[in-house]
Amino acid sequence: MRINTPEELAVKIRSCEACLAKKFSGEKGHKALLVCGGLGCISSGAAEIIDVLKSRIKDKGLSGKISVDSVGCFGFCSQGPFVRVYPGETLYRMVKPEDVERIIDEDVIGGRVVEDLIYIDPKTKLPARTEKEIDFFKKQTKIALHGSGIIDPENVEEAMGYGSFKALGKVLTTMTSQEVIDNILKSGLRGRGGGGFPTGRKWQFAFDQKSDVKYVVCNGDEGDPGAFMDRSILEANPFAVIEGMMIADYAIRSSAGYFYVRAEYPLAVARLKKAISLMEEIGLLGDNILGTGFNFRASVRLGAGAFVCGEETALLNSIEGQRGMPRPRPPFPAVKGLWQKPTIVNNVETLAVVPYIIRNGAEEFAKLGTEKSKGTKVFALGGKVNNVGLVEVPMGTTMRELIFDIGGGIPKGKKFKAIQTGGPSGGCLTEKDLDTPIDYDSLIARGSMMGSGGAIVMDEDNCMVDVAKFYMEFICDESCGKCSPCRIGTKRMLEYLQKITEGRASLKDLDDLVELAQAVKENSLCGLGQTAANPILSTLTNFRDEYIAHVVDKKCPAHVCKKLMEYYIVPEKCKKCGKCARVCPVSCISGELGKTPFVIDPLKCIKCGMCFSVCPFASIVKR
Amino acid sequence: MAVIQEHAKKRIKEIVALHKDEPTPLLVVLSQIQQEFGYIPLEVQEIVSAEMGIPVAEIYGVVTFYSFFSLKPKGKYIIGVCLGTACYVKGSQNIIDKFCELLKIKPSETTPDGRFTIDALRCIGACAIAPAVTINGKVYASLTVDRVERILKEYEGDTQR
Repeated sequence: MRINTPEELAVKIRSCEACLAKKFSGEKGHKALLVCGGLGCISSGAAEIIDVLKSRIKDKGLSGKISVDSVGCFGFCSQGPFVRVYPGETLYRMVKPEDVERIIDEDVIGGRVVEDLIYIDPKTKLPARTEKEIDFFKKQTKIALHGSGIIDPENVEEAMGYGSFKALGKVLTTMTSQEVIDNILKSGLRGRGGGGFPTGRKWQFAFDQKSDVKYVVCNGDEGDPGAFMDRSILEANPFAVIEGMMIADYAIRSSAGYFYVRAEYPLAVARLKKAISLMEEIGLLGDNILGTGFNFRASVRLGAGAFVCGEETALLNSIEGQRGMPRPRPPFPAVKGLWQKPTIVNNVETLAVVPYIIRNGAEEFAKLGTEKSKGTKVFALGGKVNNVGLVEVPMGTTMRELIFDIGGGIPKGKKFKAIQTGGPSGGCLTEKDLDTPIDYDSLIARGSMMGSGGAIVMDEDNCMVDVAKFYMEFICDESCGKCSPCRIGTKRMLEYLQKITEGRASLKDLDDLVELAQAVKENSLCGLGQTAANPILSTLTNFRDEYIAHVVDKKCPAHVCKKLMEYYIVPEKCKKCGKCARVCPVSCISGELGKTPFVIDPLKCIKCGMCFSVCPFASIVKR
Repeated sequence: MAVIQEHAKKRIKEIVALHKDEPTPLLVVLSQIQQEFGYIPLEVQEIVSAEMGIPVAEIYGVVTFYSFFSLKPKGKYIIGVCLGTACYVKGSQNIIDKFCELLKIKPSETTPDGRFTIDALRCIGACAIAPAVTINGKVYASLTVDRVERILKEYEGDTQR
């Protein structure tokens, strides 16, 4: 049914709120089960759990009394799949299809918590029944992830029952464009895609342009390896992003909006398209929205697998059907953007927090964070950390809190070595930076950057030269080739790193590498090239001794670089079982079963690591 | 030289017509062709060029720029090994090496029988279950090198091309 006026919207929102509250309150014995539908949980069996839940509930004749919904990511990916039961919000983790029966019989019907399926705090060993009791969730503040893991992302009424479109109604009926921009300026919101440019100023530039046609573009080309917050937001609550885009559109008086989303994210694209069509059905997208004369259309364009398209001018070229190569700036997109018209390009997360700012006021948002970085930031915490997942914390949270309190520390008692932020454009932070409050400026001061929020933890087993090489391979591959400092420079830098990791480099090569890195940094056309050297410079600053070990001692201290390490069977530890010899693909391990310890022929060994991974007695070491 | 069959020609023209009202739809058109046909050989680019009035050189430039577009057909099973940072630090290089070793092809190549293609993927956003591999969309979580052979065996029974 079409919503024609702001009053009708207010009435609809109230009824949706009541409806959602009822769903979760357990009224008339109703129970609601929410299953995490994030990629991590789906891959570990969440879809099957939903099927089994639904069929068991049907078998028991309880279909009307118990609802089962797949919702957006809960964030705590390493403990998935999750089922949350309402009322009471009991959280079951690592649920398997065979556990479903017990959840229904014991909890849903019997009202007893299934003790062995709830989270146990690894420090206190005490059970934690709800998210409020779990360290991973305690320090988080969800603004960009509002509604994530709670609302059904394909149900516009649930979104309305959880805050959606209140801000839109407020903007369309009570605010001028300039007031909207002033609000965003006052909130201190900075672009969440990496650069950290003040969002309000960007909007002001575009607003000030005299043009009959303007565009809003949402940058969902989340290319930083290790970052998946934009995907999660689009999958969990696409309505918030669309609402944010509409507010941006109202603020700059644009004509249409484009979402540019990676083709690698099929579910996010499907959810976004569904949300757009649902909003069109009820008249929240299209002509004369809420009878206010405001028109807005949004369409979705897919990326085609080019990292450089995350750069805003390259992205615009891509929408225009060209190779995704950046344009020289100025003119900035706010002056001449898509099809040469004033355009603002905002990241998914940026747009997702806009409705919150309008709904709750700029002051409320600005209360969070540090002096120059307001609000919260979503991080995709990954790599060598116990609690892998998606976390949203106020700016100014320290890395120690992020890695050790929320992230639960490093697995297997290994030693923390570094945390990499900002992806291929960023750098790493080490032990000495753990207590620094994280914001845009403090990260840059330490040779890294916020980036889109990927945070990869590394432990003593990771070689930092190898990590730098990994990023340089990535950048080299993704350099669009338009400007020579980036096209040639990244290739040459990669060659230096290959030399170093293969033990062929001299100390002079290290100096040359730094000089080259500076040249690429200063002379490249776009952000990709300008930041390409950051992983090298940052690891060289923080881990110079590791570079020296590769260059001078011809050793890789973390035993990662294959040319500089070997596998060795410790004779005293070898139980002579021969398992290693059986899996060796090149038959380079010899020995006599039960009689003599086995020996690896280092000349024939291809260092595939099979023997190392199958040895039941840990008798094989890297050295 | 690939010979484009009549029905395929017709379909390609339909796809172009489908998006003709959109501004600058080249990428949209190419994406749909890639999705439906699995590759975009030169002969197809020529049809698109004639239909859209864009020079073939420009279309070729776009097709070769984006990693999602392929000039050659891909295998029946596309093994996508994520080499994003989170997967990489957890050993995905060894995983892709193992696939390559067992199938005797390099990344982005297809086995001679046309059954498998190995793609090195940029981050698929599945960092929580690193290292991750997808085979025709099915996600394999937290892989180890010794599981690779067993996974390939799942597809062994199906010898059809």
